[in-house]
Amino acid sequence: MSERASVLYDIPGPKAKRFNLIISVIFALLLALLTWYVLSILASKNQLEADKWTPFLEAQNWTTYLLPGLWATLQAAAVSVVIALPIGALLGIARLSDHAWVRRPAGVIVEFFRSIPVLILMLFAFQIWFAIFGVSSPFAAVVIGLVLYNGSVLAEVVRAGILAVPRGQTEAAVALGLRKSQVMTIVLLPQALTTMLPAVVSQLVVIVKDTALGGLLGLTYSELRRAGSTSASAYGNLLPTYFVIAVMYVLINLALGQFSVYLERRLRTRRGGGPVVKIDPGAQTDLLAARQEIEILDVPGIDQSRR
Amino acid sequence: MNFSFLSDPKYDFIGAFWMTVQLTFWSAIGAFIFGVILAAMRVSPVPLMRGFGTVVVNTFRNIPLTLIIIMMSQVIAGQLGLRLAVRQPGVNPQAFLDSQNFRLAVLGFIIYTSTFVCESIRAGINTVPPGQAEAARAIGLTFSQVLGIVVLPQAIRAVIAPLGSVLIALTKNTTIAAAIGVTEASTLMAVGIEFDPDKITAIFLVVAAGFIALTLPVGLGFGALAKRNAVRR
Repeated sequence: MSERASVLYDIPGPKAKRFNLIISVIFALLLALLTWYVLSILASKNQLEADKWTPFLEAQNWTTYLLPGLWATLQAAAVSVVIALPIGALLGIARLSDHAWVRRPAGVIVEFFRSIPVLILMLFAFQIWFAIFGVSSPFAAVVIGLVLYNGSVLAEVVRAGILAVPRGQTEAAVALGLRKSQVMTIVLLPQALTTMLPAVVSQLVVIVKDTALGGLLGLTYSELRRAGSTSASAYGNLLPTYFVIAVMYVLINLALGQFSVYLERRLRTRRGGGPVVKIDPGAQTDLLAARQEIEILDVPGIDQSRR
Repeated sequence: MNFSFLSDPKYDFIGAFWMTVQLTFWSAIGAFIFGVILAAMRVSPVPLMRGFGTVVVNTFRNIPLTLIIIMMSQVIAGQLGLRLAVRQPGVNPQAFLDSQNFRLAVLGFIIYTSTFVCESIRAGINTVPPGQAEAARAIGLTFSQVLGIVVLPQAIRAVIAPLGSVLIALTKNTTIAAAIGVTEASTLMAVGIEFDPDKITAIFLVVAAGFIALTLPVGLGFGALAKRNAVRR
């Protein structure tokens, strides 16, 4: 990035350096002013007092509220991704089918669940679960909502991953006399799985963030945000608690993002610059970014090679 | 399936989706402006601005939108006393709360969404061939001219489709505003669960149809726009 960005300006000479320094100083002053303003507001509302922040030094606050909340968040995210992956793989393969009666319904399912807000899916799942089993399960509602949405998103990732496997692989497999299901399960899918790994990890960032929806509108799933809110009413420190929770989320998601970048780089060097399905966790609030990527990666897949 | 609830004043679907449209409209404008500013900062020659842009983007896009929206209402407005609407004496206080919550939600959406707009535009800047910027520098344009006249117009044309995706995601994300008392489609779902649990499937289908009706044209429209405005190379 920095290499490409530097195309935008010359290597600064003495004059440009002086100019940049002036801009830096002005910007630093503005930032300092802003920081001072924020701090003074915080101070005037008694938010910086020690007793608002000391609850975070108490083990009880962590063991009763925050760590169980974090655990609930991670649990919902992990269970969702584990269930969503096989569903996504099935839908993604179905979308590549040669039979229109398989391909079309799969396409409709994927597009349907991708265009509905996750919160709506969770609320619906909450009530349906209650109607069927007679007990309400916030955890099930959160997981079902996340699985329906992310299953559809991962379907697109799988599709892109399969399409990114070089065409020669399919041709060689067909020449060996393998059946279509064998080509898919023995040749294409194992290779696609490694290419799409980084994209799956960056989808985890979206899933972790979306678990926070589980604490809203009567869903009553005690994930990190909701647990924090309970902790805050116990200790009377709403702002510090939400601040700590925000930091926790940023650290978790930054780590996941870094891991995704690492995986991508490793795959790229190991496979000698082979294709990698990439979803920028940033540009991707939902997966239409992957739809972009599919166009770029459009390597002839099974359908084309049969013609 | 029984759709008789459509005439029930409790289920004001038109009002809820009109709220979605309004939230999306104002948030999209704000997010686009701030996103462009953030992107400009992230590619600028001033290291401090680059660092600031990076920190802002990596912070806000990694915090759940739910947390941001709730913080806007409970912390920024509730505890720090930010007022975005005027409370007039004698007028129903609900009117004040409605516009206050609406504006807080829009501000929250702008903060969150602008980081995604910024990253899209930055990706677009990478698609502009280096020769364009080099030629612009060679004829003596300054950084702001290179960016503003030559690079950004091409970059934005290249990312129309991804920006459309960001807009669709924003439309769906507005349901979270229900968490701070803005009446949205998700509020109606919650009302349905409470009062008409037997009709929830029908209510869900209406809400789903509403979102498909809102997002499908946006996707198609931005796709067509992207194709028409693509920079031919």
